[in-house]
Amino acid sequence: MTRYVLGRVAQAVGVLWAAYTVTFAVLYLLPSDPVALQLGAAGIETDKLSPSQLDAAMARYDLDRPVLEQYLTHLWNALHGDFGMSISKQVPVTDLLVDRIGATAALSLLAGTLSLIGGFALAYSASYLRWRPARLLLSRLPSVGASFPQFFVGLLLIQVFAFNLAWFPATGTDGFSSLVLPAVTISLLTSSVLAQVLMRSFDETLRQPYIVTARAKGLSRAAVQWKHAFRNAALPAMTILGVVVGLTVTSAIVTETVFSRNGIGKLAQEAVIAQDVPVVLAIVTFAAALFVVVNLVVDLLYPLLDPRIVHVQKVSR
Amino acid sequence: MTTPTPVETDSPLVTVADLHVGYVRRRRSVPAVAGIDLTIRSGEIVALVGESGSGKTTVANTLIGLLPDNATIGGGSVVVDGVEVVGAKERTLRSLRGSVVGLVPQDPMVGLNPTRRIGAQVAESVRLRGVSGPQVDAEVLELLDQAGIDDPALRARQYPHELSGGLRQRVLIAIALAGKPRLIIADEPTSALDVTVQSTILDHLERLVRDSGTSLLIITHDLAVAADRSDRVVVLQHGRIVEQGRPADILVRPAHEYTRRLIAAAPGLANGGRIVPHFDLAPSEVATPDPIIRLESVSKAYARPGGGDRFLALDDVTIEVARGRTHALVGESGSGKTTALRLALGLEQVTSGRVILDGTDITGLGWKQTRPLRRTIQLVHQNPYASLDPRFTIGQSIVEPLVSFKIGDRASRAARAAELLDQVSLPSSYRDRLPSELSGGQRQRVAIARALALSPELILLDEPVSALDVSVQEQILQLLTELQERLGLSYLFISHDLAVVAQVSHTVSVLNRGTVVESGSVAQVFGSPQSQYTHQLIDAIPGQRAEAAAHVEEVAHV
Repeated sequence: MTRYVLGRVAQAVGVLWAAYTVTFAVLYLLPSDPVALQLGAAGIETDKLSPSQLDAAMARYDLDRPVLEQYLTHLWNALHGDFGMSISKQVPVTDLLVDRIGATAALSLLAGTLSLIGGFALAYSASYLRWRPARLLLSRLPSVGASFPQFFVGLLLIQVFAFNLAWFPATGTDGFSSLVLPAVTISLLTSSVLAQVLMRSFDETLRQPYIVTARAKGLSRAAVQWKHAFRNAALPAMTILGVVVGLTVTSAIVTETVFSRNGIGKLAQEAVIAQDVPVVLAIVTFAAALFVVVNLVVDLLYPLLDPRIVHVQKVSR
Repeated sequence: MTTPTPVETDSPLVTVADLHVGYVRRRRSVPAVAGIDLTIRSGEIVALVGESGSGKTTVANTLIGLLPDNATIGGGSVVVDGVEVVGAKERTLRSLRGSVVGLVPQDPMVGLNPTRRIGAQVAESVRLRGVSGPQVDAEVLELLDQAGIDDPALRARQYPHELSGGLRQRVLIAIALAGKPRLIIADEPTSALDVTVQSTILDHLERLVRDSGTSLLIITHDLAVAADRSDRVVVLQHGRIVEQGRPADILVRPAHEYTRRLIAAAPGLANGGRIVPHFDLAPSEVATPDPIIRLESVSKAYARPGGGDRFLALDDVTIEVARGRTHALVGESGSGKTTALRLALGLEQVTSGRVILDGTDITGLGWKQTRPLRRTIQLVHQNPYASLDPRFTIGQSIVEPLVSFKIGDRASRAARAAELLDQVSLPSSYRDRLPSELSGGQRQRVAIARALALSPELILLDEPVSALDVSVQEQILQLLTELQERLGLSYLFISHDLAVVAQVSHTVSVLNRGTVVESGSVAQVFGSPQSQYTHQLIDAIPGQRAEAAAHVEEVAHV
């Protein structure tokens, strides 16, 4: 077991490193002029500089050294939590992230909770209901929920609940009430994804022979579903939790822009527009880290929920 | 053992009158049960016998109110312990389940919730009876003990996957007993288990119901099992009862043609419960100088889950198949049959020993190097429902080996497919059908045709008939024997069913825990078994008790 955990952690670190490196490569080695790109982002027009001024500017942003050396320096610094200076804002990237992370974390947490509740409630009731039309209606809901574009859902919610009913503020980052509408927007998508997987899993589980055994004992349908189907059906859904968390982060880019929330998502959007490479690199790394950690936790939790899974080293080959 | 006259009570426990049940498929109702009348008295053991599609499981599901959603009861009446089941509300049915009618389901490997402990699953049934507090634990342990599980306190804390199939079936019996029902329905209760386990479990279940005066309804495809265990055998075909009566009567004087066919097809019953070898080789003929395949003192070790010592799946085993003959490997699960087969196929490497195929030592050769040899050796799987690609037509499946070895062109392959279909007695029009349109027996014929495509010399048959109905089994065995005679094939035949083995094999090796306990000609090994284990296997063959009883009566009549 210890060996398994160490292996999985090493794997997670590997994935994280790969994400950082690929992003670095894409941002720095694409067939554009990274020097002009970055100096341009800092408001310096390279065309108008004399060669000596250009050299000075490049030296200031460490752009005069070989790419590999730049990469190694950046990687080394990133390992110590230093992602360099934001070019457009002229503040350390780490400070920017720390400043914005609270808003996004609160949003993701609420959205995640809502998706779990929504996804499970929908799938559970769809498999419990016996009246066919209601069942059919519930089982179609996830595909509807997943197909609405998020910016549209966000604007719709603002129109109805902020402007017409004035229950929640339309924009902003202050307090719980400003969280609700963006969180609902995100969770509409994520809970639909979750519900879709769960519904299939419930259908599959309720067809298992041990369900017949349980019913033959004389248990009520509710007891059979709760005690025998729920846990077994929830297991496959665990696997996509990583994807769901990843979705809440990417969704944050759209929703924070729509709701003008000062979070990581909005920062990402601003950084891309300003071509602020260090900030984009840091955000991608952060998102990858989150994804990797969630998947690691899910994998480590799995044996606790499913007694059949034991991690054994293969010796025979 | 059988009580000739069951305890008579005023009214039967179960009365089924003119029951009709159909399943809705593609908006049409397909009848499964077409007018059945049946009674079960208190304390009586009744066996419903029939092949797949006979409606036996549908009758059982109706009794316990667990028909699937697409089933409709077309008419008739089913009264269980004074309660009408037809048209009853879910609440009424639920009050019957567990407490009046208990169920021992078919496959113990999947019949228990994998994520809950054994004890909790038994306790559930105990609590439904209104027991609470520390009394529940005491009753759970007592039930597990009653079901023949040793160290119940340990087992109760384990999960299903930590128990063997036999133990899981005992847990399911404990669950069925927990509600103290008046009737237990056992749906093919042991067909997924090894023969020796099968007979001890059935013995145990029989003793439990006899002791407690519970009625038992055994659902089975195996007339021998039914005859051994029941007071009354009811034979079903196409949703109707064709015959019923005491086992001794049915076996000796079957009134209906279908029953006669079933008896003839059941290898155990056809010869009066004895094994009669089809081939009789003299001891001097057993060894041959040039076998098609020889596993020479092979051993195979696997790592134990969780580390520790390595586990020997095969330990110094020598097996050979003579050309043009059938050699059988007999043994229970875990005996190493399948490992031997995988070694012969080259899917796994031996830990020690040698594998000699057609005069060539293939030990330690890689997959690439043995590939040309694969033409001489082919495999037919146990389950014809899983071994054919559902999206391939029959023709495509059959010629696939030719395609993968790049033999012939489109036209010559088509001709070969037609020829192969003819060899396995299927019409050539089947070439364009999909596996889903074929019955189990027809699918197994297709699998055999596919194995023949490369004109192999040796075919490995892995339980080729155990997934099929008895009458179909008979036909497939017949086909295999014919093909052997016509094409000079050699077979390595893996089976747990001694009667089937005796029907087709020349020689046999009995495997137990990775070692050969006995080998020789079938006549010699089964006729005068030397080892205790072979004796046990032979004694466990169903059908012997009923035959003995019938024989005694026969003598008395004369």
